[in-house]
Amino acid sequence: MSELIALKNISQKAADMVEEGHVHKALYSDPEIFEEELDKVFQNTWVFIGHESEVPEAGSFKTAFVGRHPVILSRDRKMNLHVLLNRCRHRGATVCEGRKGKTKAFTCPYHGWGYGLDGGLRAIPKPEEYEGVLDKSDLPLESLRHESYQGLVFATFKNDIEPLVDFLGGAKKWIDLFVKQGGGYPLKVLGEHRFNFPGNWKIQLENTTDAYHFPIIHKSFISSLDDATADIFDFLDGDGFVEDLGNGHSVMVMIPDLVDLEADLDQPIPGRFEELAQALRDEGQDEEQVKRLVRAAHGTGFNLNLFPNVSCSMAFFRVLRPVTAEVTEIQHVAIGGEGAPAPFNRKRMRLHEHFQGPMGFGTPDDGEAWERVQKGSMAGKDGWILVNRGMENLHTSPDGNVAGAVCSETGMRGAYQKYKQMMAAEGEK
Amino acid sequence: MTMNTDLLNKATAFIWHEADLLDHKEYQDWLSLWDKSGLYIVPTDNNETDYENTLNLALDDADMRRMRVARLESGESVSAGSVNGTVRMVSRVRILEETTDYVVVRCAMTLNELRHGKLVTYPADLEYRLKPTADGFVIDRKVVKLMHADGFLRTVSFIF
Repeated sequence: MSELIALKNISQKAADMVEEGHVHKALYSDPEIFEEELDKVFQNTWVFIGHESEVPEAGSFKTAFVGRHPVILSRDRKMNLHVLLNRCRHRGATVCEGRKGKTKAFTCPYHGWGYGLDGGLRAIPKPEEYEGVLDKSDLPLESLRHESYQGLVFATFKNDIEPLVDFLGGAKKWIDLFVKQGGGYPLKVLGEHRFNFPGNWKIQLENTTDAYHFPIIHKSFISSLDDATADIFDFLDGDGFVEDLGNGHSVMVMIPDLVDLEADLDQPIPGRFEELAQALRDEGQDEEQVKRLVRAAHGTGFNLNLFPNVSCSMAFFRVLRPVTAEVTEIQHVAIGGEGAPAPFNRKRMRLHEHFQGPMGFGTPDDGEAWERVQKGSMAGKDGWILVNRGMENLHTSPDGNVAGAVCSETGMRGAYQKYKQMMAAEGEK
Repeated sequence: MTMNTDLLNKATAFIWHEADLLDHKEYQDWLSLWDKSGLYIVPTDNNETDYENTLNLALDDADMRRMRVARLESGESVSAGSVNGTVRMVSRVRILEETTDYVVVRCAMTLNELRHGKLVTYPADLEYRLKPTADGFVIDRKVVKLMHADGFLRTVSFIF
């Protein structure tokens, strides 16, 4: 009983630590709050686990996490997708290791229990001793509810949750725009960068809806660009905006000209894409298609933040995983077009390598800032993180949402309000 | 077995020289070690060989190498400023191939980095393709195969 009371007190505490315009710094480091977040946030909503192109064929699989739970995304022989808990039903070992691959079955290495791609238990070595003890059909790998939108796969532990499309709501329109960067080809994952930082997951959640930091922390990246490109990234005084899309989701439009990659196809080809354009012409692409691919190669001009763990960030997916209160793992997933001309996908990868990942010209400086936020959050007995920028300069977007300036903290406030709501809910204990 | 120890010595001396330049941040001298069409590669998948058609941690041609160095030297990168230093040990050097055009060398490296008071270690296989010239070797290709290339790395604001 005393334990129940303690838990209730914590939930009160975490929800109260989010106020309009600021959040308490203890939300970054309190291990009890972290445990509660895994429970109340990550086990109670749709969590992004990957893109369908990562499991293209029958027998393809990738491993992922829903909060702390290791899961497998697999494609069976009928091409249906499954999200399975990565845990043998016998003694509990993982049945699948490695990032991705192809297989006919998931076999537990310990005693050889074999599961099909749909999770069904197919084979048990020496089954005689189980006669009258268990029935194979009762012990498939546990399956999670999952749904996809535009190839983005989400899974959830909450069986009675609203359909994914309702959860995404106002974000759907932006996902539709985001997937246009395949250049007329279906979106395809080309690879990923993986890194971690010693800090809380919410620091990363805030970052992808934070335009304010860009010209400051990423000065060394901007200096590496040609003048025309550097101008594009000089967006704080432009017409961009941040729109709260509800459910904790938000979109931050930094470069309005690059919202719709299939519009304005008659624009001249920028100098830095001339080499790509020529390579496409050399492959026999007509000028219209060259322009379309070059425009798509830019990536979109916005970051779409989907609460709680993925951002469709300009030209890639940024996926976060909370490991402990003070450690977060991040994947920067590069995307291109399935079947698109090789020079197009190559250019997309080179642009990704330029900024993203552990050796990019941008990510290491982000990581440095996040590490310092975590470190600084330990200073003082009490303290608040400000997310009130632009709070008095809001307007209503054409879609009827609350919106602020591009460098406002409107998206962070939206995410924290969803967080507050979820953390205030009574736990299913 | 016979071994061309003269070539081994020359290659080792070159690689040690490069290692010392990088640990001591003598980046301009490091740039001058390269053939202009050379590639500096840090793969995400150590089994991959088609680096141009896959995503790497770094795939630097001459322009990218120059920009990478410029970034580290500019004083504008806060993460570069937080690297207190690196010390790398290079050993286990073996000549894999020798032609009239180039020498392929493989060796082991352990790089230690001190950042924010914490030591981070990077074990790696290095694979060099060195071009002999009248003035000694130039680097035609350097592939850094980090042991944990496909794992969750710390961010890197130095040069392997």
